[in-house]
Amino acid sequence: MNTPTTRWTRYASPATFYPLAGRLIRVFSWLAVIFCAAGLWVGFFVAPPDVQQGEGYRIIFLHVPASWMSMFIYLVMAFWSAICLGFNTRLSGMMAAALAPTGALFTALALITGSLWGEPMWGTWWVWDARLTSELILLFLYLGVMALRSAIDDPRRADRASSVLALVGVVNIPIIYFSVQWWNTLHQGASISFRHAPSMAMTMFAGILLMSVAAWMYAIAVALARVRTIILEREGHAEWVAQLEEITA
Amino acid sequence: MNWPSPEAFFAMGGYALYVWGSVGACAAALVIEIVALRQRRNAALHLLRRRGRADRVDGRQHVATVERIEWEGRAS
Repeated sequence: MNTPTTRWTRYASPATFYPLAGRLIRVFSWLAVIFCAAGLWVGFFVAPPDVQQGEGYRIIFLHVPASWMSMFIYLVMAFWSAICLGFNTRLSGMMAAALAPTGALFTALALITGSLWGEPMWGTWWVWDARLTSELILLFLYLGVMALRSAIDDPRRADRASSVLALVGVVNIPIIYFSVQWWNTLHQGASISFRHAPSMAMTMFAGILLMSVAAWMYAIAVALARVRTIILEREGHAEWVAQLEEITA
Repeated sequence: MNWPSPEAFFAMGGYALYVWGSVGACAAALVIEIVALRQRRNAALHLLRRRGRADRVDGRQHVATVERIEWEGRAS
């Protein structure tokens, strides 16, 4: 049975995943701190002011990573939801549950920082254009997934129900991403895409990338911490949980 | 270095409210998430510790009962 496949899927068991996640949290937390410090340094001290927007554009170093993360986390959550529905593994449902609050948080931050950027540059906090509206729908999807999960007492049934909702909501992600191309929106087009070189100074681009990596590291660390707590909540009856030193101590 | 003085840095070219508002919102969100998560973990650990203690007490009582029944059985 000691094939590479069985060795890898060993970590699908909460008992083996719990200590591994504990070690990974420390690594990812430190990476998040280091990348965030570097990103803020580049964003606030190295990158030059923008020609049109002066110093006000520096919101970009928070807004773009938060917006990217709001979409990426949803895709990862939908991936674990699909695994949960397809293979009915316990840990995948817990992973999806652990990602939703962090995704909702980044979505709220994307909307708040965007609003704080829109007021001085567009002259309005909010406008019902395609990009902003579809991002607001993303926030409601996250909140809907979380509310549906907490409304069902049996965790396995809650996993399956919220997985279906999460998968249906995936249709919104390409709508957000391409909204600035499909519709005439007030929101500017993508400054960074997979097809073109970035249309900005290299130091600005570096600052956004560093902050995005920091957001990734933070999201991984906090999702792992939350999945560990969910394991404690759901697997409390298991003998290995009772033997953990944080409980026997 | 971009900034001639600390005042210029904090003024952000007149966009202080918006730039520092964004920074503050992000910092507050991360702090709230981390504190809330820590509370949730502590609550789960607290419950498990209490349950563990209760189980150990039950276990001792169970052993004591079995020993008493065996002893009584031998006595009769």
